[in-house]
Amino acid sequence: MNEEEKIQGLLSQALPPMQNELKRDLWPKMLGRMNERAPTVPWFDWALIVLLIAAIAVSPHSIPLLLYHL
Amino acid sequence: MPVLEQKSDLLQQFVNGDLGAFEMLFREHQAQVYRWTVRIVRDPGIAEDLTIETFFRIYRARARFDPKRSFGAWARRIATNAALDHLKSRPHEVELADQFAASGLSDAAVQRDLRERTQRAFAKLPAKLRIAATLALIEEQPYADIADALGISVGAVKLRVFRAVRQLRKELKRLGVEP
Repeated sequence: MNEEEKIQGLLSQALPPMQNELKRDLWPKMLGRMNERAPTVPWFDWALIVLLIAAIAVSPHSIPLLLYHL
Repeated sequence: MPVLEQKSDLLQQFVNGDLGAFEMLFREHQAQVYRWTVRIVRDPGIAEDLTIETFFRIYRARARFDPKRSFGAWARRIATNAALDHLKSRPHEVELADQFAASGLSDAAVQRDLRERTQRAFAKLPAKLRIAATLALIEEQPYADIADALGISVGAVKLRVFRAVRQLRKELKRLGVEP
């Protein structure tokens, strides 16, 4: 018996194959998932991004400083 | 209308974003996707959630699907990726009840301990190796099917299984199990 077969023997005892069938229709759950609203970005995050872009535009030499703090 | 033509029409409608066509494909393939996923994650509840996640990804990526190709094979590949993402994000942990103490334990207790140690060693494998080893060694799926689902060559699957076996042997030795 080679190594792979020995390991396979141990695995078959510890983790037998899964013989599991789907017991219900998942379509209603699927529809629920599709109707979920995409997570929105809070307004203050947008404000922060605008501020950051403005800061970079006004003083481009601040880019290395910003990168250092990331 | 011939069945093949009907099928091709259905797939084209799905690509165009027809929800009815998607529902028909969902109902036709949900059991197959679930069966494949539960083999990988070994938890019926998680497999259900991942089946939903798989079809959500399928619907989002519908424009990229070529209706001339097999929908089932495409779905299986997406399901495998979803399961892989799950395994990476939540590494499976197996708790050991007690420290290993073979002496004084009954045969049944020794066997149980051996199973727990094997489960623990298996859970330590990186997700990519675990998924290949699960499908090849536990579920005994054909290498060609595994390669197709993982989007890699058969040779690459064999290599992953080989590496998984090597790592498992090391980990089992560390846990006091000599395979």
